[in-house]
Amino acid sequence: MTSSEILFDSPADPVVEGPVLQVEDLHVSFPSEAGRVQAVRGLSYQVSPGEVLGIVGESGSGKSVSSLAVMGLLPSSARITGSIKFQGRELIGRTDTELSKIRGRRISMVFQDPLSALTPVYTVGDQIAEAILVHRGGAVSKQAANKRAVELLDLVGIPNAAERAKAFPHEFSGGMRQRAVIAMAITNDPDLIIADEPTTALDVTVQAQVLQLLETAQEVTGAGIVIITHDLGVVAGFADRLMVMYAGRAVETGKVDEIYQQPRMPYTLGLLGSIPRLDVGEKQPLVPITGQPPSLTDLPPGCPFAPRCPMVVDACHTAEPPLIEVDGSAEHHAACIRTGEIAATDAEGAEAAAEIFGAEVVEEAEIAKVPREQRDTVLELDHLVKEYPINKGVVFKRRVGTVHAVAGISFDIREGETLGLVGESGCGKTTTLMEILGLQKPMAGEISVLGTNVSSLDSKRRKAIRRDMSVVFQDPMASLDPRLTINDVIAEPMQVHGYGKDEINRRVPELMRLVGLRPEQLSRYPGEFSGGQRQRIGIARALALEPKLVVLDEPVSALDVSIQAGVINLLEELKAKLGLAYLFVAHDLSVVRHIADRVAVMYLGKIIEIGEVDSVFDAPRHPYTQALLSAIPIPDPVKERQRERILLTGDLPSPANPPSGCRFRTRCFLHASLPPEKQRTCIELEPPREVQAPDHEAACHFAQIRQVL
Amino acid sequence: MTVILNEGDSAGTAGAASGSPVDAAPEPGKAMTRGRLVLIRFMRNKLALVGLAIIVAMYLLAFLGPLLTQWSYEDRDYTAFLQPPYADHIFGTDKIGTDMFALTMRGLQKSLIIGLLVALISTTVAAIVGAAAGYFLGVADKALMWVVDLLLVLPSFLIIAILSPWFRGKSWWLLVLMLAAFQWMITARIVRGMTLTLKEREFVKAARFMGQPARTIIAKHIVPNMASLLIIDATINVGSAVLAETGLSYFGFGVQSPDVSLGTLIGGNAESATTFPWLFLFPAGFLVVFVLAVNWVGDGLRDALDPTSTRVRKREKKDTKEKAA
Repeated sequence: MTSSEILFDSPADPVVEGPVLQVEDLHVSFPSEAGRVQAVRGLSYQVSPGEVLGIVGESGSGKSVSSLAVMGLLPSSARITGSIKFQGRELIGRTDTELSKIRGRRISMVFQDPLSALTPVYTVGDQIAEAILVHRGGAVSKQAANKRAVELLDLVGIPNAAERAKAFPHEFSGGMRQRAVIAMAITNDPDLIIADEPTTALDVTVQAQVLQLLETAQEVTGAGIVIITHDLGVVAGFADRLMVMYAGRAVETGKVDEIYQQPRMPYTLGLLGSIPRLDVGEKQPLVPITGQPPSLTDLPPGCPFAPRCPMVVDACHTAEPPLIEVDGSAEHHAACIRTGEIAATDAEGAEAAAEIFGAEVVEEAEIAKVPREQRDTVLELDHLVKEYPINKGVVFKRRVGTVHAVAGISFDIREGETLGLVGESGCGKTTTLMEILGLQKPMAGEISVLGTNVSSLDSKRRKAIRRDMSVVFQDPMASLDPRLTINDVIAEPMQVHGYGKDEINRRVPELMRLVGLRPEQLSRYPGEFSGGQRQRIGIARALALEPKLVVLDEPVSALDVSIQAGVINLLEELKAKLGLAYLFVAHDLSVVRHIADRVAVMYLGKIIEIGEVDSVFDAPRHPYTQALLSAIPIPDPVKERQRERILLTGDLPSPANPPSGCRFRTRCFLHASLPPEKQRTCIELEPPREVQAPDHEAACHFAQIRQVL
Repeated sequence: MTVILNEGDSAGTAGAASGSPVDAAPEPGKAMTRGRLVLIRFMRNKLALVGLAIIVAMYLLAFLGPLLTQWSYEDRDYTAFLQPPYADHIFGTDKIGTDMFALTMRGLQKSLIIGLLVALISTTVAAIVGAAAGYFLGVADKALMWVVDLLLVLPSFLIIAILSPWFRGKSWWLLVLMLAAFQWMITARIVRGMTLTLKEREFVKAARFMGQPARTIIAKHIVPNMASLLIIDATINVGSAVLAETGLSYFGFGVQSPDVSLGTLIGGNAESATTFPWLFLFPAGFLVVFVLAVNWVGDGLRDALDPTSTRVRKREKKDTKEKAA
């Protein structure tokens, strides 16, 4: 690292006095079929050297567009007015060639999707070296640039950097690619780094690593950072200042602590209240923000949030409120005419949100009061195995290996119960689901649905069982056929199972009302609905046959937080009303904590910890569970800064070649701290699942409680 | 050809495809249906509209035109042999005194009907074969794709030419079937590829998990989602089928006398092209204009149905420049 330090300016002496970036009254608009979209409408902010500014907002709020405008990367059809000053120099109106000298040298960007941010045909090392050569071509030789690329890769924590620099992007995992992108961003010691949703595409464990890395990057370069995100949790511990955007404008700005503790704009309140908290055991009410963001083509006068605001008064519709100082703080601004009244409520943060938005905890179902043992089993897996062959050769296929996607997992779900199945991507969650939904005889082990073993089913009985089991998919864009009307979509399962026409016509509007949609919209097409509404339609379709078990495959992970809360509330209500059992697959542990009764943690095709949700979250026994939990950010800046992160090293091993003994040992911090003779146990023996507490099992030889929340 | 997938959901929300959290749709009250959007985009393309008008006019002319003249294509006017166009015979007459207008209309009728039928049949076959191969995979896929490959390597023109003595005197339907049989393969391959992608979409999985039989899934979910490709394909196919038919008829392998088509007319009168140009120019002109119009419409449809088309943005830029000026 010594040579790296030489090339970086000392963070202590910034080149220019004053803010690095100063945006004044920025307007951006795009042409569209329906008229001009005013994506950004009068945005002003500034970033000082070494400061981290978080920009938060729903999709379509203009947060990405405003930063692309700073980079000068908007398409030529965009109309940009206002002023963007970088270190005192105006950027708007400069030609692309002029901007290219600043881009990558003084301002750099980390994109959301690390796969498309790297060119697939060049090695990672070459791409980083290119970033150096482009800007310092005269002063730095090719060899020196390559050497520096290796150092940078080493700095961002890629093991065997010299070796890996010669690898192509597809040989890197998602997390490693994002590290490489960050390495590229800090190559030229920039004064400003813009990170656009840098962790959204990544797993939670990797997300924690990347955030840590961005912090390191900031320390070495002393740059100002603009981090754009829709997740209030991510920025809580990382950002210094926060700007909340809505409909192309800043609606609240201020210090992170102030905003989280005393939000003064109903929208910020709603956002804070809509996030399920990982660190709260008892049921908390989730605040759904009703309605949708306004269309930016033709905004009515007045506050753009007014149609969704619980505190709306007539005066809100007359003029758009400007950003005003609140609580006498010079830094805290909010664009609302009723900030005083919000300040007058006694509750703070999320509690105030629940109070103002009138959110309530969903009642428990009748069935939940019956002890678990006395309820019927809805789904039971017994040592389920699924393997995929790896074949080689074109004409004569030889089997050269096996992917152990699911390696013998067992769990059961009782009536009226929610089991959360969590794990990183690639751990076998989806394979398990597909095996359950396929209702075919498994390779080994057994699947029983409502007491019927699926291996002995004929096609008629299989169809009968499908009535009792339905599925809601992750992506509301892809899960509804765009060519069918909503009526046809919801009616389809009933048609398949031979319901009469009259019954279908009676039941479809009923289902629409059940999921909180208006039956008048039945003749519309899925494309006319927003993501949250489509997910509701998907749920209505799943409930059409009055199933006992609903399999939910990441049902809220594709939705904006404000809309996510509404869907979670709906799922809870339906469960209580209809006595449904859920198999809830998710990677977001806070959602699981909120909705699930029991939770199963999967790692490389095995369940390593399972049990009652509070027991697992409050007293996790398996090191992997502990690491997962500690990686989830909590939307509370004070708590977040005090928390100790367990950072997992490396990525998930390949399921084609899992480690011997305990599968987690290659990344396990506990294993690393053990004396050699105990380590041998981990390497040689596969840990069995053992009871740790009532309804709590974990598979670790050296299980011990460690509180991480 | 541009392959259009997922067009259904990306029509309104262009940003949503990037994998960002779901974009909120525009306000429900103002939402534009997909059909209207396509229509607006199509209407904006003036050339395609002209093309469409030409095609409609030609079909009308081919079927209503013979009613406008007293002459039938079988009549002979013994007072006028090889006359250039004049009031009585607006397209002139040929060497045995047949009215060229009646003859051309009859030929146009036959050519257009053959073109339309061939396009419909070949696109239908392509949709069914491609979707079945892509959906079922395995043996069905191997067998169907083998047939496709086989038909692709056979020289279609030669085979129809060789078989032509056999269907001489039989119905022109045979010619339609032969032409269709050699026109569906490439589309079938594209359809198969799109089916492979569609099959992994969640709404198809959802249908499978609710117990929907494969036949229904293909008919209800897979084929309708490729509608834009199939519409464009059918449109372009009309043009190429007319060309193929004309080519065959020119050499005497296609439509047989006493029936006429544009091809037989062009072929029969080719040697008089320089001496008595009206014999040649009218049928040839209709052919060229028709195929040109079909291609304009095809282009327009592709732009209108393809969400990634950049034509809209280009227009907007032009508009703003005009305003600025």
